[in-house]
Amino acid sequence: MNIQFMAMRKIVAMFSMALVLISLGSLAIKGLKFGLDFTGGSLIEVQYSVAPQLDDVRTLLADGDYSDVTVQNFGSSTDVVVRMGNAYTPTLGDEVLSTLRNNGDVDVELMRSEYVGGQVGEELREQGGLGMLLALAIVMIYVAVRFQFKFSVASVVALAHDVIITLGIFSLFGFEFDLTVLAAILAVIGYSLNDTIVVCDRIRENFRIMRDTSPSELINESINQTLGRTIITSMTTLFVLLVLFFFGGESIHNFSLALLVGVLIGTYSSIFVAANLLLAQNITREDLVPAPKEELEDDMP
Amino acid sequence: MLNKYPLWKYLLILLVIALGVIYALPNLYPDDPALQLSTQKSTTVVDQRTLATAEKALQDAGIELKEAEVTTAGGTLRFNSGEDQLAAKPVISAALGENYVVALNLVPTTPDWLSSIGAGPAKLGLDLRGGVHFLLEVDTPAALKQRLDVAASEMKNAMRTDRIRYRSVEVSNNAVMSIRFLREADQQAALDVLEDQFPEYVYNTTDSGNEFFVEVSFTEAASAEVEAYALQQNLTTLRNRVNELGVAEPLVQRQGSNRIVVELPGVQDTAAAKRIIGATANLEFRLEAGLDANAGDIDTLTFRDGSGRTARLERDIIITGDSVSDASSSFDENGRPQVNISLDGKGGSQMARVTRTAVGRNMAVVFIEHKSRSRFVEGEDGKVTEVRRSYSERGIISLATIQTTLGNSFRITGLDSPRESSELALLLRAGALAAPIYFVEERTIGPSLGAENIRLGVLSAQIGLLVVMAFMLVYYKVFGVFANISLGLNIVLLMACMSLMSATLTLPGIAGIVLTMGMAVDANVLIFSRIREELKAGLPSQQAIHSGFNRAFTTILDANITTLLVAVILFAVGTGPVKGFAVTLSLGILTSMFTAIVVTRAQINLVYGGRKNKRLFI
Repeated sequence: MNIQFMAMRKIVAMFSMALVLISLGSLAIKGLKFGLDFTGGSLIEVQYSVAPQLDDVRTLLADGDYSDVTVQNFGSSTDVVVRMGNAYTPTLGDEVLSTLRNNGDVDVELMRSEYVGGQVGEELREQGGLGMLLALAIVMIYVAVRFQFKFSVASVVALAHDVIITLGIFSLFGFEFDLTVLAAILAVIGYSLNDTIVVCDRIRENFRIMRDTSPSELINESINQTLGRTIITSMTTLFVLLVLFFFGGESIHNFSLALLVGVLIGTYSSIFVAANLLLAQNITREDLVPAPKEELEDDMP
Repeated sequence: MLNKYPLWKYLLILLVIALGVIYALPNLYPDDPALQLSTQKSTTVVDQRTLATAEKALQDAGIELKEAEVTTAGGTLRFNSGEDQLAAKPVISAALGENYVVALNLVPTTPDWLSSIGAGPAKLGLDLRGGVHFLLEVDTPAALKQRLDVAASEMKNAMRTDRIRYRSVEVSNNAVMSIRFLREADQQAALDVLEDQFPEYVYNTTDSGNEFFVEVSFTEAASAEVEAYALQQNLTTLRNRVNELGVAEPLVQRQGSNRIVVELPGVQDTAAAKRIIGATANLEFRLEAGLDANAGDIDTLTFRDGSGRTARLERDIIITGDSVSDASSSFDENGRPQVNISLDGKGGSQMARVTRTAVGRNMAVVFIEHKSRSRFVEGEDGKVTEVRRSYSERGIISLATIQTTLGNSFRITGLDSPRESSELALLLRAGALAAPIYFVEERTIGPSLGAENIRLGVLSAQIGLLVVMAFMLVYYKVFGVFANISLGLNIVLLMACMSLMSATLTLPGIAGIVLTMGMAVDANVLIFSRIREELKAGLPSQQAIHSGFNRAFTTILDANITTLLVAVILFAVGTGPVKGFAVTLSLGILTSMFTAIVVTRAQINLVYGGRKNKRLFI
């Protein structure tokens, strides 16, 4: 099997750039829809006279106009604490209470209603961003040492490409960004990097053994050689994700969604983007294999 | 010979696997939700009769009991589910009467031989199991007073430099500082100097005929800022304290204007959880008073070690605990215990300014612990209400001679034992709070996910894993079996590491582990596709295996090391959940490399190695 991937490189480059631009645009204009973990919301404590079924309470509130609702027993089976993403207003407690009373069927009393802050602080955003930049820099150095600087650029740009597009899709479609999604994005980074390095590794190896092939053909050949592996690994990962997405229930829905998007983009980018960038930088055999040194013969008698 | 491991390698692999199995084993014994029975009076005891009464009451209420036993601390009633446990609590309380205390608890079921070697199950997260819930209140008026106390010593210094004579400086509890002068000229001169040097305060002048006062208080914006800072700093400190490695999955959030919620997963025993949250204390660094010091400027405090010793300290505070960014115990050049203290920038310069002129004098560290006492008061309407009164206890934890000007980081030496130094470091870290906090409420909290949701999540994780295994089996046949065995061991090793670090498993965490497995087969896929390539290129099977492993190895190494680098940096720079993710990711990479490369190779060597070339089922 030999697919001419590099013949499509111009169209693919346009496609990637369009996706990145749309993503950046959406992130700049719409931003991300942060969940309860980041923004905080409201906490409402209620007391029932008879212990309720929490699942019923959850369904009741899910039908109402509330976001991100969690319902927990609070010290006893009749005390219940409800957290939600809705911004705190002085009347929110009573609104929730009237929902819970379910037209007066249930005897329940409001104990407390208050604002709650986010679960992660500002420092996470600041340090997270700093950490990302530092991580990218170290990766660039490592790849430059193990491979060559052009590979550093290719792998880091491919990585940024994947993360930006995944975030962009979350922004564009208004999917909620919570802590599990953050974890998913970090996992995408690991996945994408792993995938790209495997392809780069093959390219490096081929530059050493195939001497008379043009860089474009050689890269094409390398991608074809690793294609089987790329697809199998993506498939096993996607299988897991599809199962988690469709059957895993609400709490891991966003997590698996982010990873589904990330793994698809990551697979695409390891086939098209990194290699494309290598060619764009005019990678040659001499970048990886040092030119043979001219030897000086000592012709002293 | 090709594809043969020496015996020691097989033994090493077996040893690692055995250790993994042992430390992962406790996860098969999850904690039981239980009710702990104890008595308040010495005249009543928990015995078989008590348990029989309890069992009867449960039977009448239709709640299933798993086990009941009498322990040294009282009695334990174990239940099958958290719901049964919660429903049983009021039933038991009513049946036993008020002489007995009934508390929720999670009781370990790990066999003794496992817990004796430090093995225990990973905790289940707040979403799966719930935990304990604390509400802490930040004493913002105290934060304001504390800030004014520090400002007072700075202002005294400024007035002394300008030779302005003041009689006294007092800071009241409602955050007003009052400086007393005998002459109006001094009052005016002080006002000019202070307004110039400390513009963030509001100044008022009053006089009583023969005495003149300057009253200093915060501007509204400044006091709001101090309060917000105190809350924010305490929130950050608590977050770091309960989640040092990032794998504990607690919930720490602000509630209302001045309170902080801390929820810890997997525990229901509030006393144990309080130990994790740690002391809610403050620190003050102060100089020991000289012999000629004015009696009004001196506090006499006792040492906290219980020896009854006292020391006379200046009222002026050099810095408070929130300037302490870290404290750790170590050993000096001569192997004697010491405590290293790091201060933040502002604290460091303040410390340098004061100690420059105080070399040779003693400096004390005062530990202020904030406690609250509850009393139950019967009101006029006969209703009993709880009245909480907060108070604080001050004690000196260290008195040491200043050897040189101290800056951002300095050390306390001359401690008697490593135990003393580590205790002191612990106290210093505990006191690094910006304002006093008090526990105002403690309760257990149930799981945030419904049983159905949990069942679905766990089921889908299991299905996901099975799908991956089935795929490997179909695609790589016999080699797929090897890969699947390695994958199974990978899960065992990962669980063992997580349990050892007492990590907490949440539903997304479990999903993440399964996902790691989906990715972990990558190494085997790389190796197997290489072997297939080599076979296609016409290599005999033994050589194909050998060179397949060798050539895939550099690829796997490069790919995994780059990812590992990212994980290490995220761990170093990140906080909370990001840190936790980095830990799990790094562990996953290391265990999967071990199983996918070494363990798979060992299996292939055992089956195919050292024999004549035969057909490979790959």
